[in-house]
Amino acid sequence: MNELRTILGDVVTRLFTDRVTKELLESAEQGQWPDDLWQAVEENGLTLPLVPESKGGAGGTWGDALVVVRAAGRHAVPLPLAETIVGSWFLSEAGLEAPSGPLTIAPVHRDDTLRLTRAGAGWRLSGTAARVPWGRAAGHVVIVTGVEGRPMVALTARGAGEVTLDQNLAREPRDTLVFDAAPVVAAAPAGGRVPANAVWLYGALVRSAQMAGGLDYLLRQASQYATERRQFGKPIGSFQAIQQNLAVLAGHTAAAGTAAAHAFRAADRGDPAFEIAAAKVRVGEAAGIGASITHQAHGAIGFTYEHALHFVTRRLWSWRAEFGGEGDWAVELGRSVAERGADALWPHLTAR
Amino acid sequence: MQTFRFELGDLPAEAESLRAEVREFLRRELGDAAPVRRAHSWGGFDREFSRKMGARGWIGMTWPKRYGGHERSALERYVLLEEMLAAGAPVSAHWIADRQSGPLLLRFGTEAQREKFLPAITRGELAFAIGMSEPDSGSDLASLRTRAERVAGGYRVNGTKVWTSNAHLADYMIATFRTHHDPAKKHEGLTQFLVDTKLEGITMSPIIDLAGSHHFNMVVFEDAFVPEDMRVGEEGAGWKQVTTELAFERSGPERYLSSFALVLELIREVGKDPGERAAATVGRLVAHLTTLRQMSLSVALMLQAGENPNLEAAVVKDVGTTFEQEVPEVVHALLGVEPTIDSGSDLQQVLGFLTQRAPSFSLRGGTREILRGIIARGLGLR
Repeated sequence: MNELRTILGDVVTRLFTDRVTKELLESAEQGQWPDDLWQAVEENGLTLPLVPESKGGAGGTWGDALVVVRAAGRHAVPLPLAETIVGSWFLSEAGLEAPSGPLTIAPVHRDDTLRLTRAGAGWRLSGTAARVPWGRAAGHVVIVTGVEGRPMVALTARGAGEVTLDQNLAREPRDTLVFDAAPVVAAAPAGGRVPANAVWLYGALVRSAQMAGGLDYLLRQASQYATERRQFGKPIGSFQAIQQNLAVLAGHTAAAGTAAAHAFRAADRGDPAFEIAAAKVRVGEAAGIGASITHQAHGAIGFTYEHALHFVTRRLWSWRAEFGGEGDWAVELGRSVAERGADALWPHLTAR
Repeated sequence: MQTFRFELGDLPAEAESLRAEVREFLRRELGDAAPVRRAHSWGGFDREFSRKMGARGWIGMTWPKRYGGHERSALERYVLLEEMLAAGAPVSAHWIADRQSGPLLLRFGTEAQREKFLPAITRGELAFAIGMSEPDSGSDLASLRTRAERVAGGYRVNGTKVWTSNAHLADYMIATFRTHHDPAKKHEGLTQFLVDTKLEGITMSPIIDLAGSHHFNMVVFEDAFVPEDMRVGEEGAGWKQVTTELAFERSGPERYLSSFALVLELIREVGKDPGERAAATVGRLVAHLTTLRQMSLSVALMLQAGENPNLEAAVVKDVGTTFEQEVPEVVHALLGVEPTIDSGSDLQQVLGFLTQRAPSFSLRGGTREILRGIIARGLGLR
């Protein structure tokens, strides 16, 4: 890891450790927007890692963004930070300015389409996008949609559409946005690296990294709990049954981190569809198993609201399904592998 | 708790150019070998093939030139290994010597031992076996009892080794014997030896595996004389040497590619335009494969950088062998075809072979339970 990333890692870890407390997570779940936290994140330059410095960003790489997104997952940061990072990248790739403040991305579901139509010199937006992350809280929504068969990126401001509130298992906002010839702040043809399904694709990418971060937390937390909690006169971690389970958790955590890093590296190199699909499949599977093992190790206390474990496990259960579950991505990946044929598999794997 | 580090890295250009050379060689040498032959992976024993590998400079390729090595990087060797395994090349006649016995001699052997054995290994002319387990010493390796007593000019050996893979084909065995007995300190008093498999006083008998194949052996020592100059390392240093030797073999591509031949047959079977269920099965397996390759490669890069990624290596082996064992399961669940021995399709035969071979994946080189104990220690639990 380069020195810059080490520094970046220290900054985010310190910031999130200090600020993302149990109290803050509880109040966010009750609908409180953690504005102080957002301001701090923005002031530390963490929201626009992929936007060039000349445009007010950090001018970094996906590899740098991974440090931030994974840490956000590890700390269950209740902000649309991953969405802002992706949305601002879509904008900057299209040559558009990224506004300050939180962003979200839409449409999230593969079946939802938003229509962008010409209106005089500008554009209007129509259609419904369900379960948009932080739809109510984001200052702007970044949309990628096809116009006459070519991907376009459009930006709308808060209030342009009608918002129906909903949430995921972790009580993170997942709102429905309905646009009816809504005004568009700016629109432009998408950059070459942003395909028409970019929201789905890069949404899956950042969720993989958030889940990998969540698993980092689970492994640390479970290992620590197993050395502290005593039964039968000794720490439960001294029992082989617990040791074996936590070793399995370690394997899934390591695989998740590797799969996510592989996908982020591919994003820097261009053409990351294979690695993103693989990451969403591998990390999602790890998330399910990891949450299960960690809860088992924690016993009844980990099942209470009082214990903080659920802030991460409930996120993992939702994130693995968002932007496509393991099943969706496995089918997509399997089809691409089958199409290339058996003899192409090994050359393909070694070229990535 | 120790933290894991699985950083991605790139293979150097010379490793990638070697890859092309190796593929060309394998295309020529293996031709249209049947999938079930390829499924034997590092179980296939072929001295002629090993000699050709030696002639290409592909055995002991990282060792010093003065011992017949080629002083190439561990990453070039990594590429060579993964290409051999992915193609299902019969590497068994030099595998153990290249991976374990040679490095052991380089590290702990005498100059005379190195000069005598290493060049012949690099030519693909010397096959090695490993004599560790005994009837009463499996996972509890330190409890082993085969005695080597000092006599004039060497040692007299009595006892029994089991599971000694390919001992009946090998020229030499690196065996661990007890030279000193103190019941309170079982890890002490162990010593390693180079043993000529043709020595007087050695009797070998096959242990046939559940599939009817002969690769295991029982090796009985009855007053076998091992000369002093065949001792490897100091008397009593055996445990440290053995654990070093076992660490050589945890994270390589052989720990996730054992069922690769079946993945390929599955892809052939489902065709270019698979249904959703078949596509999902293939996709999931490939997601695991590509992740495991990056994990294994990451450990190789750390080793090349002179780091000591013992915990990461144990994790790769555990996750990798779990995957290898899962492949026949998911193929069964998807296709429901019967695994066969000599009849049926290529897929059925590969499935038949690997279904019967798979239980060994999490036993060889240390059981899954022992390995997970090592990982748990890294997590601070013990």
